[in-house]
Amino acid sequence: MAQHVAQPTTAAPAVPAKLPLKDIAPWAVFFGILMLVLLYFVGAEQGATSVVSGEGVHEWVHDARHLLGFPCH
Amino acid sequence: MNSATVRNLLVRGMLAGLAAGVLALVVAYFLGEPNVDSAIGFEESHAPAHEHEVELVSRSLQSTAGLATGVLVYGVAFGGIAALAYCFALGRVGRFGPRATALLLSGAALLAVYVVPFLKYPANPPAVGDHDTIAQRTILFFLMMLLGVLLAIAAVITGKRLAPRLGTWYATVVAILGFIALIGLAYAFLPAINEVPADFPATLLWRFRLSTLALQITLWTGFGLVFGELAERLLNPKPAKAPARAAVTVPQ
Repeated sequence: MAQHVAQPTTAAPAVPAKLPLKDIAPWAVFFGILMLVLLYFVGAEQGATSVVSGEGVHEWVHDARHLLGFPCH
Repeated sequence: MNSATVRNLLVRGMLAGLAAGVLALVVAYFLGEPNVDSAIGFEESHAPAHEHEVELVSRSLQSTAGLATGVLVYGVAFGGIAALAYCFALGRVGRFGPRATALLLSGAALLAVYVVPFLKYPANPPAVGDHDTIAQRTILFFLMMLLGVLLAIAAVITGKRLAPRLGTWYATVVAILGFIALIGLAYAFLPAINEVPADFPATLLWRFRLSTLALQITLWTGFGLVFGELAERLLNPKPAKAPARAAVTVPQ
């Protein structure tokens, strides 16, 4: 029978330090936009709007678009 | 130094998103694809014979390489965005360590990015959906996604503001109720869309939609766990090697 009386050796986990906003901002702006462009190509290109002409992109990601919940056609 | 931390978290977020995407791809392929095929079968048996365009991408490619491209890019993109949101959230949302913050963020993202739009504009299989309303449906879907994300952020900020006055518990409850009320309001005022053909099998529609939900739950749970682990190791590196005591209690 283990007598495990609370031994606050590791107490509450330390709250991680905040990262300053000015360090996050450049990454957030550049990569945020890049990621949104990727999402646009997976989710909406050649549906409601087209940047690349034709149907190739739409047809290629057709199944993914349906299964990821995007309106496809 | 901090900028390097942001970069490292971003890279880990995208990698975790890729890993979660692989898990989601397995679900998509085994749970989702059979429903897509059934729906296409329905579509073909009901399509007036006139429009049978040349297949640009074959079904076997769409359901494998195409599906993989879409799901993995989705995973990486959302992984990157979630990692950036994580940089903001870290140490700012409450007394949570790196892993707990990651899992909480993933849960919130699943809710805001998928469940909120899904409850109003659920995923539709092939054969469901009118070509002429694609623009409207796309706008409404992305609008609902944006609304989910913005209101979730607003709820977190409100909760933090109320916490000193109401205490953490009641502040959280009030913030969540406010979130639900505003989402409900959006549901009530945005137009409903129902383009399901009258004779489309109800069970197929239900199974298709459930499989899309399973995909998202897999993706976000996987992301939360993998990214949390990577972030923990980055932010709290183990001091060299734990004493032998740890090795006894964890035989692995």
